[in-house]
Amino acid sequence: MSPVPITAEPVKTFKIDGQDVSARETESILQAARAHNIDIPTLCHLEGLSSTGACRLCMVEIKGSNKLLPACVTRVQEGIEVVTNSERLVKYRRMIMELIFSERNHVCAVCVVNGHCELQSTAQKLGMDHVRYPYLNPQLDVDASHERFAIDHNRCILCTRCVRVCDEIETAHTWDVMGRGIGSKVITDFNQPWGESETCTRCGKCVNVCPTGALFEKGKSVAEMAKQRQFLPYLVSRREAMIE
Amino acid sequence: MTAEELLAIAESERQAKQQLKYCVHVCSSTGCASSNSEAVAAALQQHVKEAGLQQAVQVNMVGCMGLCALGPLVEIEQVQVQGGAPPTTVLYQSVTPADAPEIVSGLVSGQAVQRLRLETDDPFFTRQTKVVLAQAGRIDPERLEDYVADRGYQAVFKALTDMTPAEVIEEVTKSGLRGRGGGGYPTGLKWNTVAKVQSDQKYLICNADEGDPGAFMDRSILESNPHLVIEGMIIGAYAVGASKGYVYVRAEYPLAVKRMKQAIRQAERAGFLGQNICGADFSFNVEIRLGAGAFVCGEETALMASIEGRRGTPRPRPPYPAASGLWGKPTLINNVETFANVPGIILDGGEAYARVGTEKSKGTKIFALTGKINHTGLIEVPMGVTLREIIYEIGGGIPDGRKFKAVQTGGPSGGCIPEQFLDTPVDYESLSALGSIMGSGGMIVIDDSSSMIDVAKYFMEFSKEESCGKCVPCRVGTAQMYDLLCKFSAGQATEFDLRLLEDLCDLVKNTSLCGLGQTAPNPVISTLKYFRDEYLAKIKKPEEAFGVASTQAEHPIEEASQ
Repeated sequence: MSPVPITAEPVKTFKIDGQDVSARETESILQAARAHNIDIPTLCHLEGLSSTGACRLCMVEIKGSNKLLPACVTRVQEGIEVVTNSERLVKYRRMIMELIFSERNHVCAVCVVNGHCELQSTAQKLGMDHVRYPYLNPQLDVDASHERFAIDHNRCILCTRCVRVCDEIETAHTWDVMGRGIGSKVITDFNQPWGESETCTRCGKCVNVCPTGALFEKGKSVAEMAKQRQFLPYLVSRREAMIE
Repeated sequence: MTAEELLAIAESERQAKQQLKYCVHVCSSTGCASSNSEAVAAALQQHVKEAGLQQAVQVNMVGCMGLCALGPLVEIEQVQVQGGAPPTTVLYQSVTPADAPEIVSGLVSGQAVQRLRLETDDPFFTRQTKVVLAQAGRIDPERLEDYVADRGYQAVFKALTDMTPAEVIEEVTKSGLRGRGGGGYPTGLKWNTVAKVQSDQKYLICNADEGDPGAFMDRSILESNPHLVIEGMIIGAYAVGASKGYVYVRAEYPLAVKRMKQAIRQAERAGFLGQNICGADFSFNVEIRLGAGAFVCGEETALMASIEGRRGTPRPRPPYPAASGLWGKPTLINNVETFANVPGIILDGGEAYARVGTEKSKGTKIFALTGKINHTGLIEVPMGVTLREIIYEIGGGIPDGRKFKAVQTGGPSGGCIPEQFLDTPVDYESLSALGSIMGSGGMIVIDDSSSMIDVAKYFMEFSKEESCGKCVPCRVGTAQMYDLLCKFSAGQATEFDLRLLEDLCDLVKNTSLCGLGQTAPNPVISTLKYFRDEYLAKIKKPEEAFGVASTQAEHPIEEASQ
């Protein structure tokens, strides 16, 4: 991200991990941290889409408060001292990763995005080298009815990036979530096969924002699928320019 | 309607009642209705008619009288008394339609039917303080006039004609009333925050999405006295400047929904809802929205998403509803019981209200007493009574000569309190200090025949089923915790599982997005704290456990090459 531009918007100064930083008051702690090259791990967040605060990996501490806050949706405040890497946070993040890996069937060795996967690289970065929770091994479908793309629910982490990009950027709202709790599932239209969707524009944005191998292009074999995300910041900045 | 017209209705109701000799109240709330109270009322009605007593005896369907365990309940209220003796009331328990002739002939002879009689000097009745439930079981919830006859809607007149919104808030603040949905946030403070926000449109929501297993306080209030809730809502709307209100009630409460709908229509016809209420420059309308069976929709942000027609999932706060609620507008959201407390505060003053209760928890609280207890039912007690008083005096103790083990408060968000803390006063702070919560008022008594692991497992299954699935710790964490508790319950757990379970409690509590996940581990945490022996007893010995532990193999992640 570019440094804070000169605007009329009030700027807040505060600390992240002891470092003095500043950010516009409408920015999130995550945006401020990334602008200052401080890394906070995320999975559901994607710059250019709305934030939902769902994966809970970006939880940070604010000194003086016992409550953890998701950096992606928490606005900066004057004088706060943010801690992004305490022992407790590191432990929680690793556990969250373990939970995600235990939930469905994440087998890197046979995955189209092996080597290009955000879930895989985040797990590595967080030092998650084994999963202590029993694998739940759900029986899930692969929907390959679409002419160009397919979804393998076994690899979905329910980050809802596909739902948001389809609704907010492509404005087709083909994707949504059905069911609840551990039985949640992303669906196309009213849970029809993707290939029969009347709303899908076949733009492929969902495939490219998907952090894992859940959404992929047909014809790609193991480790062949690398996602292209450049379109998103480009589209968002063009739209903002048009509004202004 | 003017104040004079209101008083005229009240007066004519009183006079009509004075013509009667007896009022026969038959409970028609869900508890008694499920044991056939409608047929009882019909039989009584028929026998009154056959005996030619229509002029002297009126049979009314009323709301909850409290002692649901012994329903259907019928109360005989003597109206006219010869010779200046005080009027008596007789309460009958477990009445069947076949009892009707005997009861009616008892009205003629003046002799109560002893075999059905329930002593009203039992501590269950004498130890309660009925404020919110004062009219429940006495008035017909389907008649506006019944409510008006007992000071109904006078608080609206007082607030709208004699008080400014600021004065209303001041009075509520003085009362010390705190949110009855479980959180205990000061109501006056919440109202003040919403009132201060400038906006062309504000909303008010009454949260009636009561979902805790074993809790039926809100249902009973809505079934027994819907106008009381509407009156509280009108006053709240006036105080914060809201013009549109919603009652979000779960569809599993058909009788409450029916009565609330009826009451809203009646209030509209009488001019308490609509334009220029009571001649004041204030308009307010109320609509009902039905919840479609998701516990998480009791969480305020999920509830609002549901009203807006979206998937009922919570969103991070801030912004709080007071700043950005329904359709992004400032919204006041309170629980049914909170609103039901308001008319009394306006009529009698905040100071009078604050005389009941403890220093930080004022007024009374309604509890749904269930589980292994003699007097299953609905009770209202002043804040600060002890758990022992509730369970042993009002509740009549544990049935079948069994021993008390724990009391679970606050449903799936609460915890289990063991015997050594029975003398704890019931208020928001004391219960939190014990690792439980006041919650909305569910109180489940557990005796020594139950395993605390099974209790924790039951609530965890509930949380797992009701998790919306949005955030990882709640979605996967509750599922994993449930599986671990199943292992304990089956005697298949290891020391390692105990560590996993404790770690998960910590994670899910501290990192979940909304209250559902943040409180879901509470039943486990509190049972681990007070009944750890039961968990330890279920752990396999190391040599037995070896085979199980070795299946927890390490699964290295492939190196990513980026």
